[in-house]
Amino acid sequence: VSKVAITCAGNKSSSLFDRRFGRAAWYCLFDDISGTTTYIKNENCDDLQQTGIKASEKMIGLEVEKIISGDFGPFAMDLLKKFNIQMVILQDSQLTVQEIINKLIKK
Amino acid sequence: MPRKKRLRKVVAPPGFKGYRPYGTNNNQRNTVELLYEEYEALKLTDYDLMNHKEASEVMGISRPTFARIYENARRKIAMALVETREIITIYGNVWMDKNWFMCNNCQTRFTIPKSMTDNSCPICSSIKVESLNFN
Repeated sequence: VSKVAITCAGNKSSSLFDRRFGRAAWYCLFDDISGTTTYIKNENCDDLQQTGIKASEKMIGLEVEKIISGDFGPFAMDLLKKFNIQMVILQDSQLTVQEIINKLIKK
Repeated sequence: MPRKKRLRKVVAPPGFKGYRPYGTNNNQRNTVELLYEEYEALKLTDYDLMNHKEASEVMGISRPTFARIYENARRKIAMALVETREIITIYGNVWMDKNWFMCNNCQTRFTIPKSMTDNSCPICSSIKVESLNFN
């Protein structure tokens, strides 16, 4: 249906899922319709503050409709809610990007 | 000046305004103020049976801070029971986790934005979805 962003530690499909949203090193964008993935580096992951807001702005700019991460801070949450972006929280940090994508395809 | 307190995340507010003892001669109205975060700490440890580490992660605070809040909660409830005082709940230092849902099939938590009509779980598309908010 839409573009899905997954926070992850690297730019390969075997990379581990990252439970942080603003400080994740990479974002994997998965397109439901074409089935393609693109990886986007998070330049702000080492900033001292407001990484969540910057990441949210980036996601809004990319027209993502769903974000899969481990946790969202209060500022990021407010912003994403305003732009009708669905937030999904996964507790399991041992998953790889490919495994999450497989789950999305299967449904 | 002390550092600003970090807001504690509370998934659902308590479903009551307070508790009052009955069958007692003690009519004085000094109440015990139970904060939302203390209620949440008590719920996570003694009802959901999480350990302090997991519970502190759910509330977005450090484990020692969680332990202090939890200890306060227990002491306040014990004080209310022993001194037959009324308990009232107070908002405290929290931010509420609104419009969150949990899938009972895969334990994923997620929001459903206004623009969306689909109510199934985004990961496993199960319909065994439960709201995490009361009222």
